[in-house]
Amino acid sequence: MEELVNLFHGFAVALQPFNIMVMVLGIVLGVIIGVLPGLGGANGVAILLPLTFSMPPTSAIIMLSCIYWGALFGGAITSILFNIPGEPWSVATTFDGYPMAQKGKAGEALTAAFTSSFVGALFAVIMITLVAPLVASFALRFGPAEKFAVYFLAFCSFVGLSKEPPFKTIAAMMIGFALAAVGLDSITGQLRLTFGSTELLNGFDFLIAVIGLFGIGEILLTMEEGLAFRGGKAKIDLRVVLQTWKEMPQYWVTSLRSCLIGCWMGITPAGATPASFMSYGIAKRVSKNGHNFGKGEVEGVVAPETAAHAAGTAALLPMLSLGVPGSPTAAVLLGGLLIWGLQPGPMLFVEQKEFVWGLIASMYLGNLVGLIVVLTCVPIFAAILRVPFSIIAPLILVLCAIGAYSVHSSTFDVVLMLVFGVVGYLLKKCNYPLAPLVLAIVLGDKAEEAFRQSLLGSQGSLGVFFSNSLVGTIMVLGLIALFWSAIQEGYSRLRPHSVA
Amino acid sequence: MKHSVLHTALAAIAIFGAGNMAASAAWEPVRPVEFIVPAGTGGGADQMARTIQGIVTKHSLMKQPMVVINKSGGAGGEGFLDIKGSGNNPHKIIITLSNLFTTPLATGIPFSWKDMTPVAMLALDEFVLWVNAEKPYTTVKDYVDAVKLAPAGGMKMGGTGSKQEDQIITVALEKATGAKFTYIPYKGGGEVAVQLVGNHVDSTVNNPIEAVAQWRGGKLRPLCVFDAKQMAYDEVVADGKGWKDIPTCKSQGLDIEYLMLRGIFMSPKATKDQVEYYVELFKKVRATPEWQDFMKSGAFNTTFLTGADYAKWVETEEKRHETLMKEAGFLATPGN
Repeated sequence: MEELVNLFHGFAVALQPFNIMVMVLGIVLGVIIGVLPGLGGANGVAILLPLTFSMPPTSAIIMLSCIYWGALFGGAITSILFNIPGEPWSVATTFDGYPMAQKGKAGEALTAAFTSSFVGALFAVIMITLVAPLVASFALRFGPAEKFAVYFLAFCSFVGLSKEPPFKTIAAMMIGFALAAVGLDSITGQLRLTFGSTELLNGFDFLIAVIGLFGIGEILLTMEEGLAFRGGKAKIDLRVVLQTWKEMPQYWVTSLRSCLIGCWMGITPAGATPASFMSYGIAKRVSKNGHNFGKGEVEGVVAPETAAHAAGTAALLPMLSLGVPGSPTAAVLLGGLLIWGLQPGPMLFVEQKEFVWGLIASMYLGNLVGLIVVLTCVPIFAAILRVPFSIIAPLILVLCAIGAYSVHSSTFDVVLMLVFGVVGYLLKKCNYPLAPLVLAIVLGDKAEEAFRQSLLGSQGSLGVFFSNSLVGTIMVLGLIALFWSAIQEGYSRLRPHSVA
Repeated sequence: MKHSVLHTALAAIAIFGAGNMAASAAWEPVRPVEFIVPAGTGGGADQMARTIQGIVTKHSLMKQPMVVINKSGGAGGEGFLDIKGSGNNPHKIIITLSNLFTTPLATGIPFSWKDMTPVAMLALDEFVLWVNAEKPYTTVKDYVDAVKLAPAGGMKMGGTGSKQEDQIITVALEKATGAKFTYIPYKGGGEVAVQLVGNHVDSTVNNPIEAVAQWRGGKLRPLCVFDAKQMAYDEVVADGKGWKDIPTCKSQGLDIEYLMLRGIFMSPKATKDQVEYYVELFKKVRATPEWQDFMKSGAFNTTFLTGADYAKWVETEEKRHETLMKEAGFLATPGN
């Protein structure tokens, strides 16, 4: 009960006119940041952080967290319209969102993405409101072995997902792992595979690879097909929102599952990216429309977007209660908290009640405001697709180049992006799936780090991955996911009549 | 986009202004100043850089905006190489961690502090030996006894990065106690503290600011500080104790001292006027109440050095790191 009283007090704080203004401003800025690939939530929040120093801490965090929500919403827009994920967690959204846009259903895809984002975030906020202290302590049980198990599960739920032969999937994933290995080896502190080049110190940044592989690769493919752009029939009418909403409730099982996956990934803190991939992978397995995934299925947009937002929101909980950011953007917000003189950690909920509950209330309101803002813009976004491709393609190229440059302010990255574009084009032509490659670049080094940290701790014994019920369960789930199709096949062979 | 237009406009105004009074005034930035952090977002150096940026903005200490940029590639090598290659560009400054010394030694990335111009030492970051509050050790002696009793490598020490400050201290601890630790590197200090709370490691040498929240929450216990004297802040933090009540490790029989430089460097060919400008700027920053609060929250050692004193301190410290890293076997193998 005390929580609810605090929450209503929080709403009173968040509903002050100044705070509402700050909220809308934050959402709009965030959407812009999310749309520009490469800029990303973390960079955007970092750039705008100084703007907030003259505000009271509560207004400042409301503004920054609204930028964060805005960026989460915005990331989906370019994924769906141009197949360029603005943020890492939007990659899985492109799998079905872009095919939908190509079929002239961009409006539906955007509406579904925004609405599921809202649902995911709302679910996570309610969870934070009700069970914050309980959940926070769960995160403490996650050592390196548990983290590795989570990444393992993410990889496994993805293998065999694509329609391509499994060896092509594995080959693509291995290329991703190799690329992820370049740069500093964080366990030994030595440089790896840089061949003395200072440009490669940073390794291959995920964003540059994605902008190249998806964005540039897609442009090359479209050019080959004679600049025909199939999104031109997009309906530009607000009614599309209502129509899509009518369809949405039938996906409630997928939504609920994605919310749970998202919250879990956000808290542990593995982050929004594995959450969206895992949720998409599992939805494809379990859903009765699974065989249509990748061809433009609404459910294929709902699953990753819901999970990404639930995770993005839940990631703020370990940041506030433990001081461990669940995402790069949360890390910058954490820096902000310290500058305003607030020390995140177990005592924050006790000592800074007004701040914490003001923030939580602003999560409810910020998401609602965000949903309204982006939904009213759906027709405008969809209308972009009516512009002839010969005009829009150069614009996308410029946007991609700016995005790649802004990741590290380095021109080398722009060249790298073009190289990845050609590689992406070739891989697509040879029918190699890109998703496993991207997944391996994003999570490869993290998984490796967690794996080696676990082995250091266990002095080399692999038993550490089955040493307690938590890590053991996750590993077994991963193994089941890995061999799921084999298990299914075996099962149907044993009972041939049930299949017919 | 709006942002950069604003920058250009501001820069144009500033160039105009500077042109008018250049004859009388000393050097001043005419473009936005890039403040490079050779580490990731959210870490100790990043927090300090962003605090400074906030103070400079809030008190309008500079006519030009200050922009914090993280260049963390290659254990910070990326950021240092950027400054090294910046020639006489006076609009770039960098904040350092111990990776100023450890990165070139451990990775062979070619830079040293001599490739840059020293500006000022802002503070020194302390290191404290932490254990989980559930553990029975309340003094250094209890802890050392437990370490000695454990089988070789049985005690797990968590720290930030590999072959960097935390691991150097761990090696020094091994030398002092004769025991062998298993060192587990993590990405950031906050993560290390939480791993200790979750009992995934047995002890850490976190900076005060990284672990203070968990101390106040009753989850961690400080045993000693790796400094020659106790920290200066006597305000109560937790359990009726303040930073000042933490004994020095030396007084407890562990003769180890280690402090981390939080200093500023700039481009190699910076002129005296330009260095002077930044020294004055940081003096103004240090005088603000926000800075003092920040120093207190992180229990920093507030030694401030500039000019020849600063360069001399850095030189001594470089030699010391060379010895420490060599003894620990952390030097890069040539031609790797």
